[in-house]
Amino acid sequence: MKIGLALRELHRSEDDLGHELLQVADRHRVDHEIFHVAQDLARWSQQHVREIAAVAGRYGEDLDPEPHGMPSLAKRALERSAELVGRTSTADLLLLRDLRGLYLKAAGVSVDWELVAQAAQGIRHTDLLGLAQRCHPETVRQMKWANGKLKESATQALVS
Amino acid sequence: MAHVDRIADPWGTRTPYAPGTPWPQRVDMHLAEGVAPQDVDRWVQTASILHSNGDALDIAVKDGRVVGVRGRAVDRVNRGRVDVKDLFGWQANGSRDRLTRPLVRVDGELVETDWDTAMERVVSRTKELLAEQGASAVGFYTTGQLFAEEYYTLGVIAHGGLGTNHVDGNTRLCTATAAAALKESFACDGQPGSFADIDHADVIALFGNNMAETQSVTWMRVLDRLAGDDPPAVVCVDPRLTPVARAATVHLAPRLGTNVALMNGLLHEVLANGWVDREYVDAHTVGFEELEKAVREYPPDVVERICDVPAARIREAARLLGTAERLTSTVLQGFYQSHQATAAAVQVNNLHLVRGMLGRPGCGLLQMNGQPSAQNTRECGADGDLPAFRNWSNDAHVQDLARVWNVDPMDIPHYSPPTHVMQMVRYVEEGSIRMMWVTGTNPAVSLPELARIRSVLSQERLFLVVQDLFLTETAQLADVVLPAATWGEKTGTFTNADRTVHLSEKAVDPPGEARADLDILVDFAHRMDLRDKDGQPLVKWHDPESAFEAWKECTRGRPCDYTGLTYAKLRGGSGIPWPCDDEHPDGTERLYADGRFFAHPDVCESYGRDLVTGAPVEPTEYKAMNPQGRAVIKAARYLPPHEVPSEDFPLQLATGRTVYHFHTRTKTGRAPELASAAPDVWVEVSEHDADAFGLAEGDLTEVSTPRGSVRARVRVSGIRAGVLFLPFHYGYWDTPGGHEPDGQGRAANELTITEWDPASKQPIFKTAAAAIRLVERADGTASPAPTTTASSPVRASLPPTRGPRTVVEHVLEEAR
Repeated sequence: MKIGLALRELHRSEDDLGHELLQVADRHRVDHEIFHVAQDLARWSQQHVREIAAVAGRYGEDLDPEPHGMPSLAKRALERSAELVGRTSTADLLLLRDLRGLYLKAAGVSVDWELVAQAAQGIRHTDLLGLAQRCHPETVRQMKWANGKLKESATQALVS
Repeated sequence: MAHVDRIADPWGTRTPYAPGTPWPQRVDMHLAEGVAPQDVDRWVQTASILHSNGDALDIAVKDGRVVGVRGRAVDRVNRGRVDVKDLFGWQANGSRDRLTRPLVRVDGELVETDWDTAMERVVSRTKELLAEQGASAVGFYTTGQLFAEEYYTLGVIAHGGLGTNHVDGNTRLCTATAAAALKESFACDGQPGSFADIDHADVIALFGNNMAETQSVTWMRVLDRLAGDDPPAVVCVDPRLTPVARAATVHLAPRLGTNVALMNGLLHEVLANGWVDREYVDAHTVGFEELEKAVREYPPDVVERICDVPAARIREAARLLGTAERLTSTVLQGFYQSHQATAAAVQVNNLHLVRGMLGRPGCGLLQMNGQPSAQNTRECGADGDLPAFRNWSNDAHVQDLARVWNVDPMDIPHYSPPTHVMQMVRYVEEGSIRMMWVTGTNPAVSLPELARIRSVLSQERLFLVVQDLFLTETAQLADVVLPAATWGEKTGTFTNADRTVHLSEKAVDPPGEARADLDILVDFAHRMDLRDKDGQPLVKWHDPESAFEAWKECTRGRPCDYTGLTYAKLRGGSGIPWPCDDEHPDGTERLYADGRFFAHPDVCESYGRDLVTGAPVEPTEYKAMNPQGRAVIKAARYLPPHEVPSEDFPLQLATGRTVYHFHTRTKTGRAPELASAAPDVWVEVSEHDADAFGLAEGDLTEVSTPRGSVRARVRVSGIRAGVLFLPFHYGYWDTPGGHEPDGQGRAANELTITEWDPASKQPIFKTAAAAIRLVERADGTASPAPTTTASSPVRASLPPTRGPRTVVEHVLEEAR
């Protein structure tokens, strides 16, 4: 059985997505909606990481329940750069790049949830299936958020 | 007939009445000193412009001047009563410091000029920017005080003419959430209920709505019910001991930013006790199972911990809401300007949906407005929407609008929702919006985090046009200032919070060269040579009535159908609520009778948004979820606010209004009685915090948040512990600073956080973490806070707020 492998990959990609959401929040703290919502959405990924780690033992995987946060030094540097970049004309292009990245990462996590859900159905593990059914919609909402913000920001960034 | 002091008693004489009977008439009148009713040359029909009630008034004219106002007894909204702001506020029209000539900036100074010079500056800059960058360089930020005709014209020019997507109104600050919540639940903006529901209700619930001060005439209606036979029970949710809270059967004062948890707790009880109209839910809604699942996590003892409201009181309130036979609910800024704004307001809609309480007398739901013509801003396409509730993400709607305007659909930007003001500020900040045209509003005082706003608006690279009555704080930063006419000086219609359309007629000429906003906009369209696809002028109307006829055509067949209205029909009688068409020639008192909604995928104004992320729901998703066009029950989980108290900022700050002032006091600050009733900023502190921080009545304090500080004198009020309150009306136009603090700040928005609700894009003014410290002990004088309102003192015995006894009240006996 290779479910452990799929869980390990999911755990890695969720942790990565959560971390990226926090970084994007900090890079765009002058873009207030991005700043606040990205942090709220990072919390979803962090919770998913904990829940995946909690079930992984049953599939022979020892995964870290603690999502990795942001080192405070890096955080301070980012705050400063956000303020500096905030008033330049390239700020909007950086935002597009970041939203594009988030969308792709969230899409990756979404696919990983699909795989785990398919496997859980195959072996009739309702707990694991329940976990996927609980978490996956939130991943999809993260994706839709990145996509929606991308659509909303793209025109102004690219035509002005 | 009696002479009364309406500053001392803003609500006036009671006229008690029983449920199901008409609200008695009482005509209020105030005339200038020395003017008697028989001296008045003529009375000119209008309605209030200083709050969203839409009270019908007549303007008294003598010798070509406005000399007073009188309520219109026949009107369905106010039955003759007049709010204290309207009784005195008209005096601002005649202020000596009205703008009478256009101003342009020359060598850093604003200097007087003629209209041609000013307009040519605006037009040539617009053309330059269109050539250099395109329409994305131009933004419009308007108000909640113009007329429908003017908003519609603005929308046509901006969306259909220039092709910019950057159009918003300051109703974003007060009622964007009302619109968003209605769109989430009913897929369409527009109030389901009517103010007349107050005549029938057995339970009235006010969620974050200090109606006594925001819509004082509607509050008179509630007070008259409370004074009559078989009075309703009142549920109040407010962290302050407002006049509403004092009158309430149950008062819930939750911790700031926890409204969703509280609403979920109330819904938990309603569902757990089976107070649900299953038949209605099954026949007319989708999404009930989601709600059941979500509120299961919010039993009263859990909610007690989140909101700091006793579980027993939550149960008591839920019992009233759950067993009411005719429930009328109202919602306002306590929800709209707080954390999870749309999610919280939507839960009130859910309460009415699960109880089947819509579309019948007394079963009203009023997602209130803050400004007099907020509804028009939204309807006409000047507040982040397309005109007549067309759906920007439905191609058929955009094509239909293009047909009405006779332009190519591609000329109407609809690639994303129209840009909201906070995003526009961001675009100005990073330099991609290079021209902002501000009409009738004052962002330099009303937007959050003023230091940031001032620095954004005063950027060299921004061309700022301001159209207003006075040299406001914002106008002082402008490159071109256009002097505008106001209420009483121009004709047009406007629509109040319960969809009632009133006609407001020109009574006198505007001062000097000031012009009606409509005339300025039409002039701009002509100078820009904006044309439709046949080469004809895009703006085909030239005066208010022809503009109204054009707007009516745009509404044909839409939920807000105006086609049955004419100026003649509105003249002489009372306001009429839309939809008013062939089918409903006398208007429509209540929407959604028998569970019929405007929510079908082909009809709906909006497919909705994710309440947490704000991401728009895709058309295909909506069609799958709601193919039959039912009401949508949307659940939401509580999230903690983004700025929470800390060691340095241990308290929470809420900002809000007083009954005596409107917006940034541009008009009310120039009416002597109103100015002296609430002359300066104050800070409300609870008894608990007054003791904890060693503060007493009248002490001068510094209130601060991570963004700045203001100085204000203390009023120890009935506000909940842990919360400070600052009124938001006070800016700098009447201080040496002019448009900014001269040393110490006094505008509440120096302190507020730049954050907004992701679904409604409404800024959050009620959850900042704050600190307070003593600067100077009281010198014997009290704080400038009124004693008559939510700021009434709980400890000190102070001289009461008073005014002159110059208002006449006439209770009409035949109506009783």
